[in-house]
Amino acid sequence: MAEARLPLRYRDYCAHLLIPLNKCRHRTITTAPTQTTSSLHSLSEDEQMMKDAVSRFARETVQPLVSQMDEAEQMEPSIIKGLFEAGLMSVETPAKYGGSEASFTSAILVIEELAKVDPSVSVLCDVHNTLVNTVFRTYAGQHLKDKYLPMLSEDKLGCFCLSEAASGSDAFALQTRAVKDGDHYVLNGAKMWITNSAEADIFLVFATVDPSLGYKGITCFVVERDMGVQIAKKERKLGIRASSTCQLSFDDVRVPAANVLGEVGKGYKIAIEILNEGRIGIAAQMLGLAQGAFDCALPYLFQRKQFGSYIGDFQGMQHQYAQIAVDIEAARLLTYNAARLKEEGKPFAKEAAMAKLYASQVAERASSRAVEWLGGVGFTRDFPAEKFYRDCKIGAIYEGTSNIQLQTIAKFLSKEYKA
Amino acid sequence: MSSLRILVGVKRVVDSAVKVRVNSAQTGVETANVKHSMNPFDEIAVEEAIRLREKHGKDVVQEIIAVSCGPAKAQETLRTALAMGADRAIHVKTDDNLEPLSVAKLLSKIIGEEKPSLVILGKQAIDDDSNQTGQMLAGLLNWPQATFASKVDIKDGALEVVREVDGGLETVSSSLPAVVTTDLRLNEPRYASLPNIMKAKKKPLKTVSPADLGVDIRSRLQTLRVTEPAKRQGGKIVASVDELLDKLRNEAKVL
Repeated sequence: MAEARLPLRYRDYCAHLLIPLNKCRHRTITTAPTQTTSSLHSLSEDEQMMKDAVSRFARETVQPLVSQMDEAEQMEPSIIKGLFEAGLMSVETPAKYGGSEASFTSAILVIEELAKVDPSVSVLCDVHNTLVNTVFRTYAGQHLKDKYLPMLSEDKLGCFCLSEAASGSDAFALQTRAVKDGDHYVLNGAKMWITNSAEADIFLVFATVDPSLGYKGITCFVVERDMGVQIAKKERKLGIRASSTCQLSFDDVRVPAANVLGEVGKGYKIAIEILNEGRIGIAAQMLGLAQGAFDCALPYLFQRKQFGSYIGDFQGMQHQYAQIAVDIEAARLLTYNAARLKEEGKPFAKEAAMAKLYASQVAERASSRAVEWLGGVGFTRDFPAEKFYRDCKIGAIYEGTSNIQLQTIAKFLSKEYKA
Repeated sequence: MSSLRILVGVKRVVDSAVKVRVNSAQTGVETANVKHSMNPFDEIAVEEAIRLREKHGKDVVQEIIAVSCGPAKAQETLRTALAMGADRAIHVKTDDNLEPLSVAKLLSKIIGEEKPSLVILGKQAIDDDSNQTGQMLAGLLNWPQATFASKVDIKDGALEVVREVDGGLETVSSSLPAVVTTDLRLNEPRYASLPNIMKAKKKPLKTVSPADLGVDIRSRLQTLRVTEPAKRQGGKIVASVDELLDKLRNEAKVL
């Protein structure tokens, strides 16, 4: 593209704008002449059908149990079973392994619809689909795919074991050790904050085969519960209480060498790449949460009258819920766009970070407002708003804290704009 | 037991959860941009066909065909039926307004071609609440009918149906072929699971027009006006039966 011919004084002021496009690493948006564009609201027929099916499942099967699961801090086994039977635990898995072989956006829609009703159920489904299943599909050797993908589609829950007490954001400072012993590895160490672990049978465990190699020693192992994984402690949490979050301990756990997923020393790569996708999943969860909170509060605004008017008709309230609706729509578009970019095979890591960051912020604003709009009743446990408010906080923390997301976005931007 | 083919009729209607509003022309309800789904009684019909197949096996229930008469979007409803477990679908495509008699005529033509032994329909659609199509269809085909079914079974090539009637439950038996219409308590329809939704894409869906079937679907009825019901008034507490009768006779004018 030719350099723009601008009058001299403009060129002095705006030199940076004249960096020729071929030197600018900023990705340009191009539309091929024959490509049709559509809004991010457009879903394929399959995606729409899936969305409706999950929405119904969430309302009819999950909704009645949400409150009691939160009080008991326990996921009902019937919900997990129901998720498997409805095919929601193998959305992208190929049909030959028992999956639905659907698009990534379908998985995102599943996570969003579940979160509208219960973010705890949503995260269980999200971790299993976007972290566990995808790791197997993308990086595992054929023997591991053949063995584990059917199990993960049928009835075995998976979890992703990366974080430790001394390594959260600094994930690659992990210390769990894997020592080779004949045709086995012996795992020793402890993991923290592991979602799904109380109910899981299949654990993707990141351990180092050689600490002196730094992150290049990190290896991903497929560990089955009866190889000796122990739940050291189940955390008592502020929110998503029905989702089990546990400390795990590995005490001389023997894992067959065949269960190394991918290559030895390449575990860090798996972790980085998969967390990019997982981010879009969490964005979807937070999006669903925000929408669920909004949907539970708005009808009330047109039922409750004070001073002779519906409270939803007071301008102060109108401005508030209009703003939240805008925020939710923006979060939705960020999330769906990141998902579509990934489906198109285009770079999406920056957009995924943006989606997760923003959606978690919107979830907090929306759920906070929802409690306020419901007034006194919003503060009681009889109404869903307070649970959404408690649940939203984790969005800014797990699968990459908000500060980490900002850092990630900034790194991309500095690469784009540095001459 | 000899093998049989089941034909199920499904209709795309405004979703039961939607709060409908009368349209500005007062000719019907507002359907633009409103959520639609399969008529709940038709879901029960599809579910019953699948349960009969699960109970008696694929050798007995050879094939389940789903049929829908309506505009292009009716295909979504057919895909839901396929996702629930129907084997193939037929779409009679028309944008015209269809009355029960027209639908019964269209179905009877299809039945003439497909030759099912059992036809299961929902007892009525939740948009028009006609409760006529099943009965008219049986009349056109000269087949026995068992309406308002709360239990359906096939025993030795004969049909046994428990019907919910005003007086209680009535058990009837009939030979096949027959028409059955479903009532609410017949079964609890399954969710279309995600793998089945994907598999449904590969199942055959044939589109025909009323002209192809040689059926005249012109309306015999003209809707004059559609209005909302009167707004609910507050209740009143009455002091005696006489006062109640007086109010029912003179104020509410229902006696």
